[in-house]
Amino acid sequence: MEKTLYTVSIYTENNIGLLNRISSIFLKRHINIESLTVSTTEIENVSRFIIVSYMTEEKIKKIIGQIEKQVEVIKAYYHTNEESIYVQTALFKIKSKLLFEKREIQNIIKNSNAQIVTVSPEFFVIEKSGRKEEIEELYQELFPYGIMQFVKSGRISVSKEEMRISEILQKQLN
Amino acid sequence: METIVKPASFKSEPQKKVKEKKPIKMNGARAVVESLIAEGVDLVYGYPGGAIMPVYDEFYKVQDEIHHVLTRHEQGAVHAAQGYARTSGRVGVAIATSGPGATNLITGLADAQIDSTPIVCITGQVGSSLLGSDAFQETDIVSISTPATKWNFQITKAADIPEVIAKAFYIAGSGRPGPVLIDITKDAQFEEVEFSYEKCKKIRSYHPVPEFDNEKIKDAAELINAAKKPFVVFGQGVILGRAEEEFKSFIEKADIPSASTLLGLSALPTQHKLNHGMVGMHGHYAPNVLTNDCDVLIAVGMRFDDRVTGNLETYAKQAKIIHFDIDPAEIDKNVKTDVAVIGDVKETLVEILPLINKNQHTDWQQKFKDLYKVEFEEIIDKQLNPTKEGITNGEVMKAINNETNGEAIIVSDVGQNQMFSNRYADFKKTKSVVTSGGLGTMGFGLPASIGAKMGAPEREVVVVIGDGGFQMTIQELGTIMQAKVPVKIVVVNNNFLGMVRQWQEMFFDRRYAETVMTTPDFGKIVEGYGIQTKKVTEREELEEAVAEMIASKESYFLEVVVEKEGNVFPMIPAGATVSDVRLK
Repeated sequence: MEKTLYTVSIYTENNIGLLNRISSIFLKRHINIESLTVSTTEIENVSRFIIVSYMTEEKIKKIIGQIEKQVEVIKAYYHTNEESIYVQTALFKIKSKLLFEKREIQNIIKNSNAQIVTVSPEFFVIEKSGRKEEIEELYQELFPYGIMQFVKSGRISVSKEEMRISEILQKQLN
Repeated sequence: METIVKPASFKSEPQKKVKEKKPIKMNGARAVVESLIAEGVDLVYGYPGGAIMPVYDEFYKVQDEIHHVLTRHEQGAVHAAQGYARTSGRVGVAIATSGPGATNLITGLADAQIDSTPIVCITGQVGSSLLGSDAFQETDIVSISTPATKWNFQITKAADIPEVIAKAFYIAGSGRPGPVLIDITKDAQFEEVEFSYEKCKKIRSYHPVPEFDNEKIKDAAELINAAKKPFVVFGQGVILGRAEEEFKSFIEKADIPSASTLLGLSALPTQHKLNHGMVGMHGHYAPNVLTNDCDVLIAVGMRFDDRVTGNLETYAKQAKIIHFDIDPAEIDKNVKTDVAVIGDVKETLVEILPLINKNQHTDWQQKFKDLYKVEFEEIIDKQLNPTKEGITNGEVMKAINNETNGEAIIVSDVGQNQMFSNRYADFKKTKSVVTSGGLGTMGFGLPASIGAKMGAPEREVVVVIGDGGFQMTIQELGTIMQAKVPVKIVVVNNNFLGMVRQWQEMFFDRRYAETVMTTPDFGKIVEGYGIQTKKVTEREELEEAVAEMIASKESYFLEVVVEKEGNVFPMIPAGATVSDVRLK
């Protein structure tokens, strides 16, 4: 069966050991995680894991079952790219003098919809949010000029469908 | 019939005395002990050490309320807790110190996790200020135990003790049961706390008993009613769900031939007319062969383990599959189902019963009987009534059956001894099987038998162990001696690691790599522990020796020298098709 890039969204209690428990579900089955982000959510004391991974649909369903089985997991979902809105963020640290010596850099920044977040006499930092391909494109364009540091975040995403986490929690407590 | 009660879950006994509701000041260690008492715990297994000493100091003060059994190794403590849980239906408790004490629990935790046994393990931990400093006997037991527990937690503040322990018992015993580990830093054991205890009844992220879907029950009933050749495979879920009576009514009404997984044994009496034995690698011939002949396969509280299914590509492909289970993650995990009835079997079986037509499947039942005859002639008769030299494991079990009238709890270790004793035991009562099913832990038997006996003191407990497994946890004879646990120990000695040797004979051209074992004089060792012993080498002595063992009021050790190269059959070679089960 064909592997697809899935975004797994997991709503959980905010517990210190849970990252270990969830990542071991992937590890045990030899599934590589492309990216992983943990953040707070719209609900107090509820965390959200966003894990991106290539899998078959059969496999992802089983993984979701194993994840939902964990005591502190409230609900887990999986979505394809078409079913979600997602971005990643990248930071590029570049020597400041290039900004003045190589005018093309200014055009690259403008055309890529990136932002300059800080400028100091030695370096400046460009922030680019978008899809993986857009970030890669910007990387390729800036690469010839010399990048001092580059870092890219994991994917964050929201689903097109409703998640109804508050409802689920309410139902549980009744 | 048993009255139908609420969704089954492993509940500890009701509180013995009503504790005052208002908070009382005490240290964390006392709070641990008071929490256990509030959960109805009156028996724990454990081993003291530096980081758990404050808790032991409190155990010392409550000896009237909690019986602490000192094992000889932490692995012994956790297996004893498992044995206790399996026969009593309550949550077993094991206590250990930090570092090696804690890591020695891991095998038992993994065993309880894969066999869904409710236990709570409490470990001491170095002081919270030392965490991460590689302190003496510090180990990150929470990380280490994560994949082997249903839930685990580290307590660093005394104030968290009652709530976390309450959660631990609730999680271990509810839904699909499992092991929980609570790690408590030493400073939290010393710290003062205002103690008040409230049992945990709900956790918002945890739904132990999923609500069943009426439509699925209707769909399942429709398939069952239309089936010409229905077949039930039942597992430990029937026992864990306390649904033995409901299960029996269900199969009797529809007249469905049934077979059990290893851990499902004793949920239905061995002699019940619809019980056709055990499925799987060393299960019975008829149910294995007919798995690939039935038209509807109904799985009840089981998980399609690879030792049950053999090759999944050829497992019951002709049949519609109905799967009753409490754990949604088991549905479609190994075998794709046509109808999944998720929920507590005690509820779903009650719900489906009125929708099931009274039925008879005489011709289909006959097929099971015919194949049983084949197995009886080829295998069973030769095991039970051998004419060759060399005592068989089958006749050992036959003697035990006769002497105990099938009323005993049979604990087994792992390997040939396990397959023989469970194949040939005559179970009359539920919760009579204690064995390491999923993990296959050699050395499980002896310590588990201690817990099994203490969990069901009114019942006879016989543990059957091979000469290999016996030496893995032989030190627990000390526990049996000190705690005066009247278990009956049978070591079937063939001077081999029998199961591996069998595989070497069949699949490795008889190259017996490291399976030949020189064993010590077991009798002498056991005598050193003050336990009565007997050794049997001749067939004529067997029955009398077993009778003497069963008649003994105290623990008793019987060594039976069995045929050296006996094989367990039938056998489905690993990865083969169930219906290709071999008779020799």
